[in-house]
Amino acid sequence: MRAVDDVSWKLEKGESLGLAGESGCGKTTTALSIIRLLPKNGRIIDGHIRYSGKDLATIKESELRRIRWKHIAIVFQGAMNALNPVKRISWQIAEAIALHDNMSFDEAQGRVVELLELVGINPSRKDEYPHEFSGGMRQRVMIAMALACRPKIIIADEPVTALDVMIQAQILELLTKLQKELDLSMILISHDLSVIAQTCNNVAIMYGGKIAEYGPAEEVFLDPQHPYTQGLLRSFPDIYGPRDLPPWIPGQPPNLLAPPDGCRFHERCPLAFAECLVREPPLYETRPGHLASCHLRAPST
Amino acid sequence: MAFPSGSVSYWLRRRFGISEVRREKFVLTMNRLKEITNSVVHHRMGGIGFAILGFFVTMAFIAPFLPIPPPEHSFLDSQGNQLQYLQPSWEHPFGTDQMGRDILSRVIWGSRVSLLVGFLASVIAGVLGTAVGLVSGFSGGWHDEVLMRINDILLSLPWLALLIVLAQILGGHLSLDVIILTIGLTSWNFTARVVRAQVLTVKERVFVERAKASGASNATILRKHIFPNVFPLVFANTILTVAVAILSEATLAFLGKVDVGTLSWGVVLHEAEASGAALNGWWAWIVMPGLSLVIVILGFSLLGYALDEILNPKLRER
Repeated sequence: MRAVDDVSWKLEKGESLGLAGESGCGKTTTALSIIRLLPKNGRIIDGHIRYSGKDLATIKESELRRIRWKHIAIVFQGAMNALNPVKRISWQIAEAIALHDNMSFDEAQGRVVELLELVGINPSRKDEYPHEFSGGMRQRVMIAMALACRPKIIIADEPVTALDVMIQAQILELLTKLQKELDLSMILISHDLSVIAQTCNNVAIMYGGKIAEYGPAEEVFLDPQHPYTQGLLRSFPDIYGPRDLPPWIPGQPPNLLAPPDGCRFHERCPLAFAECLVREPPLYETRPGHLASCHLRAPST
Repeated sequence: MAFPSGSVSYWLRRRFGISEVRREKFVLTMNRLKEITNSVVHHRMGGIGFAILGFFVTMAFIAPFLPIPPPEHSFLDSQGNQLQYLQPSWEHPFGTDQMGRDILSRVIWGSRVSLLVGFLASVIAGVLGTAVGLVSGFSGGWHDEVLMRINDILLSLPWLALLIVLAQILGGHLSLDVIILTIGLTSWNFTARVVRAQVLTVKERVFVERAKASGASNATILRKHIFPNVFPLVFANTILTVAVAILSEATLAFLGKVDVGTLSWGVVLHEAEASGAALNGWWAWIVMPGLSLVIVILGFSLLGYALDEILNPKLRER
């Protein structure tokens, strides 16, 4: 099965990219592929992941290990499970520093204090265990861990899922602030479009393992070009409107074991026509930098 | 810095020096230890187990200083005959044995060998079981298959028969070190199973993936992330293994498979059995070492279960 297929984008320094789409559309798989952390039953069969002159898809494991965290760090989904319950957080943050910067754990403690201050945790709590922190605080610890080795790129995989809305806002604010201050590149994965709208320059909407639409966040949200994006945005409840069920997209995401012929969205698409059933649409550039994979956007000849 | 790097003193300071961070850590560790001891003592089962073991371990340690006759001393009457098979009295609270030796003294001295064998054998079993469990659970594949099949074979063999056959092969009478080794090598399977099961669940947790993402090697992940998570289990299990090891030693000794001259509770029981203590009504000779065995084993079991409950984060109440 091809969980992710034909996905391509570029991330510049200091830029942030949002990956959005419904469950199982390949957001996390795309992100994990970048540093080759796919589960045992997954692998990269083809393609390139270029990072400052190296192809991460093919370099040696030992070389990749030096890039992990030092250059590309991850903020994982579900902070409770991403922290080791039997280790003090100071140890856990120091781990990556000790590994990459050739320091002892004791020597790294200064940096740990610095990092905790950066993410807004009182450094006096550094020797506590994960269970002594609240959900939002744990996510802050995770962010501190991701920043430990001063990475160039941060991949945030659903960083605010399972947090309440207040805390979500705080964490997102923190992420954007840090991204600006430290001039980081960020990949933000979320199924929540409002989260991406708040934080990202560019957004890639994924559907069935492919990119449906890609472009500057503002443009994509204000003037969506792909019927799937349009449906997604319509299905957001309007807080000022009447209290009824927002429109939704009928049907189910495609079975990737046997992807449909033609456009992967055609079964659910309200605008589908004959060509959609047989030919897969390429990414058409509708405006400079704004791409949509839909036959309706084909330049008229 | 006053210590040029590369010098011996610098190395010593780095390795053992009491820097501020180290002192802080030491205090934290001591606090944690105190906390655990406190919870054990206040845990109902753990408290009882702790008291029992405290009593017997202290007894074993201070045996030479207690006002009791040496365990190998035969009491003689005025004609020079051994005072055999005396019933309990003020002079000999548990009576005397077939050579006129004081049974109370033999039981107290016997606790030393029984406990020693129990501790050492279970340390061997614990180390071996943990190693096998970690490798088996973490690497999976054929390593896992091979190790677990060996484990199955050991589990399915009747343990007593195995011990006796081993004893027979090694000449019928086992010295103390051989006993310790034999018991250690035959009782690691349970620990290995438990550790493997725990490793299988821990290695799927996100923090293992995170450690991998942060560039840690498999060895580091196993040592620093997975081992600390299974350690409480190992610890509690090893305490439980002590009980099994003590019982194994007693069984072997009772069957007369232990070197002549060794003194353990099993040996005392063996001599009682050989002299027909049960038929002749010399009750204290059987009851006292037997009761000591039962109580000590109970103590280890209670402590083991209590520790499991206290150290296992899943069972810990907060």
